[in-house]
Amino acid sequence: MAIVSIVVELKDQPGQLLRALEPISRYGGNILGILHQREKMTPLKIIPVEISIKIDENRVEDMINAIKENGVNVRSYNEIRLVATTSALLVGHIIHTDLSDTVRKIDKTGYAEVIDMHINMPQLNEPSTAMITISATGKEKLQDAMKLLNEVCRNKDILVIEPLNEEY
Amino acid sequence: MITVIKIAIIGFGVIGRGVAEVLLEKKEEIQNRIGEYSIVAVCEKDGVAYNPDGLGWEVLKMKGGDFSEGSTVDIIETAEFDVAIEVTPTDIKKGEPGLTHISECLEKGSHVITSNKGPLVVAYSKLQELAERNEVQLMFEATVGGGMPLIKLVRNDLAGNEIDSIRGILNGTCNYILSRMESEKLTYNQVLTEAKELGIAEADPTYDVEGIDSAAKVVIIANALLNMDITYDDVEIEGITAITPEAFEVAMERDYTIRLIGEVSRETGSLKVSPRLISTHHPLAVTGTLNAVQIRTDLAKDIVVIGRGAGQKETSSAIISDLIEIFRK
Repeated sequence: MAIVSIVVELKDQPGQLLRALEPISRYGGNILGILHQREKMTPLKIIPVEISIKIDENRVEDMINAIKENGVNVRSYNEIRLVATTSALLVGHIIHTDLSDTVRKIDKTGYAEVIDMHINMPQLNEPSTAMITISATGKEKLQDAMKLLNEVCRNKDILVIEPLNEEY
Repeated sequence: MITVIKIAIIGFGVIGRGVAEVLLEKKEEIQNRIGEYSIVAVCEKDGVAYNPDGLGWEVLKMKGGDFSEGSTVDIIETAEFDVAIEVTPTDIKKGEPGLTHISECLEKGSHVITSNKGPLVVAYSKLQELAERNEVQLMFEATVGGGMPLIKLVRNDLAGNEIDSIRGILNGTCNYILSRMESEKLTYNQVLTEAKELGIAEADPTYDVEGIDSAAKVVIIANALLNMDITYDDVEIEGITAITPEAFEVAMERDYTIRLIGEVSRETGSLKVSPRLISTHHPLAVTGTLNAVQIRTDLAKDIVVIGRGAGQKETSSAIISDLIEIFRK
């Protein structure tokens, strides 16, 4: 699996985004995030839009070509190959302590991403549980990401239950 | 040449009495392996019983007032014995009173067998040096895993292997609580109450549930089996008190469960006790009060042992096997 970040240039008109997204879904890409960079709008009303996608690394080229064929200008793209994945359980006041901040800290590393999250909230003010899955560009990077996760969670008093398997 | 092996039992609580009972009950079988022996001294907080010609079954019936006045240290200094079985309660901070007992016994040239983690956690290398200098052995199978063989398994049967890591479930109380939370979907406090009623958890369960007991065992494993030189403070410790039933629920959706794992790994440099996600199919995913340990080696690869970690008879098993190891004919 790879995580690809594409910057496409879209006209500020209805239906534009769909032309970029359709090929992504056709090639089995999972969209992780879409960011309209409105502040970077050009005088010709072209908006750069950054799309993060998780996709089979062998289909990246075809997907990019398909987006171009749909008439969308791809300004740039970069690919992070994620070769190592692990899951961990977080137990505690995950939501109250700003879950998105926790995720952002991992994503900001540039070498690791939170690729999946499953949250169970029993009751308000009771500790909740999340199964978080993190991918990174290599085993060592994944260990670094887990260290970072532990650090962030320690400061927030969240228990991190790491897996026993060494397939880090 | 020893004609009759003289044994002193230091600490006469549940474990001490259990060992005395096995020594009397299985005397014939054990003597076939090591030769004639007798229990010459039993030491308790309240006093001592000493008979150079050997104490018999009557010793098991002795209670507080039945012991004659005298201190354990006096017996160690004055009585003649070949091996001391030191089974006083553990104090992992100072190691006492076991540390003094064991040091003095080794100093006077007596072998020592112990189930007491404290002295080993506090002063493992010092005690080993003392034993070597006095040409006696310090044996401690009972300190880790109770009836489950680990120390001698690694030292004898896996001799010649490089030990990469040892990890597993080292505390039966925690394992009982976690496996009941898993199967009954109860809260930590509900299961803890149940465990106290069943005598599986102590009235003050801190030592077990905070991971302290497991960490003490991690120190012993690291020092004795992986030739490290670490102290209790080197171990990262996280207990089980924050674990919720929902954590099990989320884990189970992916076929995982949660267990408190003690880990010593040369490869990752990890020295820790923490709740971990493990596959429900993993050999360490044992239930109830069982202990289980996975030993990773260069030649034999992975070995897993599972057994009862505590209990009077189980601990006696480890102590008797140490005794036989020392005096084997």
